[in-house]
Amino acid sequence: MPLTAPSPLVECRDLRFGYGNRPILDGVSFTVPQGKVTALMGASGGGKTTVLRLIGGQVRPQGGSLRFEGQEVAALDRSGLYAIRRRMGMLFQFGALFTDLSVFDNVAFPLREHTHLPEALVRDIVLMKLQAVGLRGARDLMPSEISGGMARRVALARAIALDPALVMYDEPFAGLDPISLGTAAQLIRQLNDALGITSLVVSHDLEETFRIADQVIILAGGKIAAQGSPAEVMASQDPLVRQFVHAQADGPVRFHYPGPTVDQDFGPAGAPSRGGQR
Amino acid sequence: MRFLHPARVGYAVRGQVADLGRAARLFGRLMRLSGPTLARFGLVRDQIHFLGNYSLAIIAISGLFVGFVLGLQGYYILQRYGSAEALGQLVALTLVRELGPVVTALLFAGRAGTSLTAEIGLMKAGEQLAAMEMMAVDPVRRILAPRLWGGIIAMPLLGAVFSAVGILGGWVVGVVMIGVDSGSFWSQMQGGVEVWKDVGNGLVKSFVFGIAVTFIALWQGYEAHPTPEGVSRATTRTVVSASLTVLGLDFILTAMMFSL
Repeated sequence: MPLTAPSPLVECRDLRFGYGNRPILDGVSFTVPQGKVTALMGASGGGKTTVLRLIGGQVRPQGGSLRFEGQEVAALDRSGLYAIRRRMGMLFQFGALFTDLSVFDNVAFPLREHTHLPEALVRDIVLMKLQAVGLRGARDLMPSEISGGMARRVALARAIALDPALVMYDEPFAGLDPISLGTAAQLIRQLNDALGITSLVVSHDLEETFRIADQVIILAGGKIAAQGSPAEVMASQDPLVRQFVHAQADGPVRFHYPGPTVDQDFGPAGAPSRGGQR
Repeated sequence: MRFLHPARVGYAVRGQVADLGRAARLFGRLMRLSGPTLARFGLVRDQIHFLGNYSLAIIAISGLFVGFVLGLQGYYILQRYGSAEALGQLVALTLVRELGPVVTALLFAGRAGTSLTAEIGLMKAGEQLAAMEMMAVDPVRRILAPRLWGGIIAMPLLGAVFSAVGILGGWVVGVVMIGVDSGSFWSQMQGGVEVWKDVGNGLVKSFVFGIAVTFIALWQGYEAHPTPEGVSRATTRTVVSASLTVLGLDFILTAMMFSL
């Protein structure tokens, strides 16, 4: 008899959120299954990062429900939020390392804040986490002395320092060179499998994301446009999803910003131009 | 006039009141966190070192020159009334009661306050505060509270340094250069300055200015728009509002102290 599937780590139902009168999420429902890599994709400004902020409780939804490990995030007070955040790690777009602390102290920060471990043990844990991201040798450097790709790996080591259940990645591939990009993608997959964590990756790098994800969710216009395995999403016939996964400049998402027609701006085709003839 | 339209005035006033309310709530939280903050004294000690040490040179040099000027001006005024030997008392009272706390606070706002605002603003712009929040570490508790207490403790110490160096400056000009009698310079000072009434008043002022300047600097950094322009505006606002607050508070405190 097959084991019943474990309950999903994050469960959103009919999630709504907006800034002012501009809706960002308009009834979004999805689940993040345990132990898998879920990718959240979509055009810039489409609400991907907002979903991460909602899961972390940094902003509250205007409607719908969002549960983390069965707990309604919006209903938690500050101490409740801090309790669930200790079960999450988040990798910010540019790492967000503390610039006044060394690489070692950055990774040690959550351990020193949340545990009373002896310093020798903190050292061992930090070096193990740095080893996992390949930067054990960089422990004494300051954030200003390392490259952008390395900073993100340090931030990843810091995010997994307390062995979270869920690691969220905000644009982990943005602005990386091809080598760092491949490294980052492999690292997300390896850490997910080796540590038994759940990963939620926000990205618009198609190739790398499709290579490592188990589940892909595409957000467009505040709703979910496609959801499924990478192969299923690739084969989708939805015009918007096709435009996105095939990186076409024009489609349901217009290349031109709305404005007056060409004829209004330049005069009808064939008419003499207004500038010359002097 | 368009900008005096009632709706606009109301909107602006409501914005100011809301700002004030948020600042008061932050201040309340910082005060409630005093116990845990002082219990973790290592973080406060680092800030006293950072804020105090880096302001020490400018404070000492300014104190010396203010003392020089006081010695010179004081001598010429007192000499008209034939009481030049009271120079020590005049210099000491002026510094301890008034110039020490006030000028120290103004210099502190320019030197340490701006660096606090820029530091917090840049931490916000670099998502460091958000990252801390996501690590379940409260930035108000971990970053703001130790800095506030660092400023509160550093300010009276710096004020004392300013007054001490200033008195030495007055002595150099009055006694060494002009030739006022050294014995009466010091004995008049000793006789005319009371520990609780004069030195105590100066300490209370420094303490209050320490709270005001450091809190304004932290608040401006915490509320700064997370952009280069926002941080630069916030640093400017720190200097302007901290200086005005110090001068306003100084008048109120002086009035209260004379009426007590």
